[in-house]
Amino acid sequence: MSVLDNKTSETISTHGEGGAGMTHNTLPLLNEVSHALKRLLRTGESTIIDLRAIPFGPGDETRLMTLLGEGEVNASLDTLGKTTVKETRFSGVWLVDHYNSEEERIAFQIEVIEIPELLRAQTEDMYQSLDRLGEVLEKEMLKLNGGSPPIQ
Amino acid sequence: MAEKNTLGDSLRRHGVSRRGFLKFCTATASLMALPPTMVPAIADALEKAKRPSVIWLSFQECTGCTESLTRSHSPSVESLIFDHISLDYHHTLQAAAGDAAEAAREAAMHENKGKYILVVDGSIPLGDPGYSTIAGISNLQMLEETAKDAAAIVAVGTCAAFGGLPQANPNPTGAVSVSDIIKDKPIINVSGCPPIPTVITGVLAHFLTFGSIPDLDQYNRPKVFYGQSIHDRCYRRPFYDKGLFAETFDDEGAKAGWCLYKLGCKGPMTYNACATTKWNQGTSWPVESGHGCLGCSEPRFWDAGGFYNALSVPISDNSQTVAFAAAAGLALGAAAAGLNYKTKDEAAKAHGTVTIDDLEKSS
Repeated sequence: MSVLDNKTSETISTHGEGGAGMTHNTLPLLNEVSHALKRLLRTGESTIIDLRAIPFGPGDETRLMTLLGEGEVNASLDTLGKTTVKETRFSGVWLVDHYNSEEERIAFQIEVIEIPELLRAQTEDMYQSLDRLGEVLEKEMLKLNGGSPPIQ
Repeated sequence: MAEKNTLGDSLRRHGVSRRGFLKFCTATASLMALPPTMVPAIADALEKAKRPSVIWLSFQECTGCTESLTRSHSPSVESLIFDHISLDYHHTLQAAAGDAAEAAREAAMHENKGKYILVVDGSIPLGDPGYSTIAGISNLQMLEETAKDAAAIVAVGTCAAFGGLPQANPNPTGAVSVSDIIKDKPIINVSGCPPIPTVITGVLAHFLTFGSIPDLDQYNRPKVFYGQSIHDRCYRRPFYDKGLFAETFDDEGAKAGWCLYKLGCKGPMTYNACATTKWNQGTSWPVESGHGCLGCSEPRFWDAGGFYNALSVPISDNSQTVAFAAAAGLALGAAAAGLNYKTKDEAAKAHGTVTIDDLEKSS
């Protein structure tokens, strides 16, 4: 079944908020997403589309978001400002929206991937965490032993 | 002054996680209009990037370029970029004035000899240097002495890139561009009146990230931002292809968002990133607001005829192509958009202005 056969999409206005039918770029983009998902399934190759590089007309973004809908996963990251990672109603198609500390959008992407890279724990961060965990453990053990170093 | 530590060190010192760093790289790729697949390469390069010194000279200009940059409303990535660029001289923004300011410029030049980036906005008056001086130094002299030891020059705005409005006929000050004077340094032209702020910072980010200048077009503009015409990226393009044109600014066609070609839009001849990057935090851009493109990032846009005259189309050498395209259907745009810079210049000399109706009649 094609994306456009879906009942939800049939009910969507073709005009978007800008009116006057200027959402010419929505369906080609959706088609690109469809091809990317096919590629992911067949070859495992992921795709990232920078939505800030797409010449959206008035209403294009709103229409695209409505067509993509909302899926089961919704995550929020707090690093150098907020980032939201939302799975769309199409499994494997994610919307990754980056904001700065002043809540202004700095990047907006569609990722066609099993799980967006930013959601994975990063090796460098895990090494730092290991050090920090060691420090916490050492401190807590000291407390348990009344200030004496733990018995090895 | 420029510090020796890398950007990666600096971010880690500020407690930014690897995840945060990757986000920073993603935003930087988007800022530089590079594909997201470049993020790992950007991360690798930014990890090692050092803080370059920037000297910004303002000559015959209206300060619109600096206004564009400082009011860009997209601070985080850009301010992070600027945190990692040492802006050592900018006479509009710096607190120091007079001798102290000039001493700062000379110190930055001396300490970063051969490594600093020189940013210039405004044209340079050659007719009478007295039209524009800074601390008693002529623009020409200041440009020549500051350019001498620069690693690269970024000409920001159409005045610095091509002469701009000060060069408009009859050019009373004898205004010229940076590249008319400096011939032995890499020059990146970031044209526009003003340029899109993220394009200015995108170019600086490229230099910071890769330590090199981006790929340039024939006018020395970065291809990533100036590689495609406004027309080719315009969301109104489908109307153009269907032959649907607004005839006045308030007719039904205008209200329906039809193509503004007949109202003087210079989109087919203009190369810039407005259609995708947009202005004011991506809110809108001139064509989306209902006005045709003025072509402000192109050489001689200031003397190219009226802003509201439809683009002139050659009737001599290129007439066959244009007429054929018009006859082939409603693809007049393909013909007009297909005229390259060279033929545009030739056409400007060789033809009279014709309208779409004239072309349709002649076909």
